[in-house]
Amino acid sequence: MKAAYFLTHLAKDLRLEWRSKDAINSMLFFALLVVVLFSLAFDPTRAVSRQIAGGILCVATMFAAVSALNQAWARELRNQVLDALRMTPAPGASLFLGKALANFLFVTVVELVLAPVFVVFYNLQVIGNGWLLLLVLPLGTWALIVNGVFFAALSMRTRNRELLLPLILFPIFIPALLGMVMSASAILTGESDPVLWIKMLAAYDVIFTTACMMMFEVILHAE
Amino acid sequence: MELVRAGRRTAREPIMASKIIAEVDQVSKLYGAFAALRKVSAKFERGRCYLVLGPNGAGKSTLLRTLAGLLKPSYGTVRIFTAEGVAEEPMQARERIGYMSHATMLYDEYSGVENLRYFASLYRGRDCVAPEEALGSVGLDPALARPVGQYSQGMKQRASLARVLISRPELLLLDEPFSNMDIQSAHQMLRLLDTFRTEHRTILLTTHQRELAEPLADFVLTLQAGAVESLVEGPYARTGVLTFAGGDPER
Repeated sequence: MKAAYFLTHLAKDLRLEWRSKDAINSMLFFALLVVVLFSLAFDPTRAVSRQIAGGILCVATMFAAVSALNQAWARELRNQVLDALRMTPAPGASLFLGKALANFLFVTVVELVLAPVFVVFYNLQVIGNGWLLLLVLPLGTWALIVNGVFFAALSMRTRNRELLLPLILFPIFIPALLGMVMSASAILTGESDPVLWIKMLAAYDVIFTTACMMMFEVILHAE
Repeated sequence: MELVRAGRRTAREPIMASKIIAEVDQVSKLYGAFAALRKVSAKFERGRCYLVLGPNGAGKSTLLRTLAGLLKPSYGTVRIFTAEGVAEEPMQARERIGYMSHATMLYDEYSGVENLRYFASLYRGRDCVAPEEALGSVGLDPALARPVGQYSQGMKQRASLARVLISRPELLLLDEPFSNMDIQSAHQMLRLLDTFRTEHRTILLTTHQRELAEPLADFVLTLQAGAVESLVEGPYARTGVLTFAGGDPER
């Protein structure tokens, strides 16, 4: 029954984004700009690219995602839709999870577009197990999004919410960012084993997803 | 005054304790040092319509939001569905309460029927009205594909009421339902609300258009500066019929 509520919320968020494409367009434009500008500014060699590419990809994704996360609850705040949602018997956790997964998919789309651009501009050649990136990127992205959607909800009733969100989110996200950058660099350079960092990312995701889901009901019904 | 609909209940039907559906007891709501509600006490009976009047800032919307469970009282208690022997906090019985606000509470990007389908799917296990039927009952075309954001103000109000009706709520809390609405649409809405009495639903509605809504009222509750000024019988309680001042334009 709760899965049905979650799917309803997810389908709604995907449909609304499909029609407006607000989040994806803003994220894509911003992330592409960061990647291209960094490549022009530093003009890295192939070896240097492998060292810094993981970090640039993560930071570009992080800043781009924040622009979308700031608007994550905008549609619910407009016209007091959130009050209508509070009046329904649907559990708050399903609303949160639907919103988080929808935003995760938006950021994943941006990453998929960004990846080939990255390879071309940074002349990347993966030395380690490249397939592990398929684990690292979703785990890191989920860590960013689950916290981002939660803290966007926490700050949505404040006046300076666009400033407040990165101020709360980035410090919380630092362990996941570290795990994401270190494991991506380890995979790209092949110099170390990324498994420990990937395990840390997975543990971070489990802990923060559980905590956010448990606390979301309180935030949803806060005045 | 023209008779529109014959009453279904004799006037001055006795009030029984078991008919109380909602109760506010010494409720105060503070925003910092400002008291939006001051020790408000009132009991609301099943199947009655209450018109809540008062100037801007009198506490009408705050009272409705408190009854809906969207606001927690700073002091005092709110009990809902007390007639069933189990007094509940509003949030625990929220699926049985319909709340309509000044805002549409609808997604601007969705059409009316898409909005209603979405909200209906959030009331699983409850016998919901079909979205098309709910829109039809408020005089909107369910086939209208235009997003709600492009509706006129009056159409938005009607779509908003349709959202409230979708879960067949037993307690309807309607905040300014007739604002931006032409007289014919408002009368159509009044007739629709009148039919809810036969289904023993309770209506609390706030408005600044007293003349328009008063014919529907069993009781008129007047708030002044957050406190109850008076609670008196309305025209419906005295006559048992819905009458429109100046006649019904459809006749």
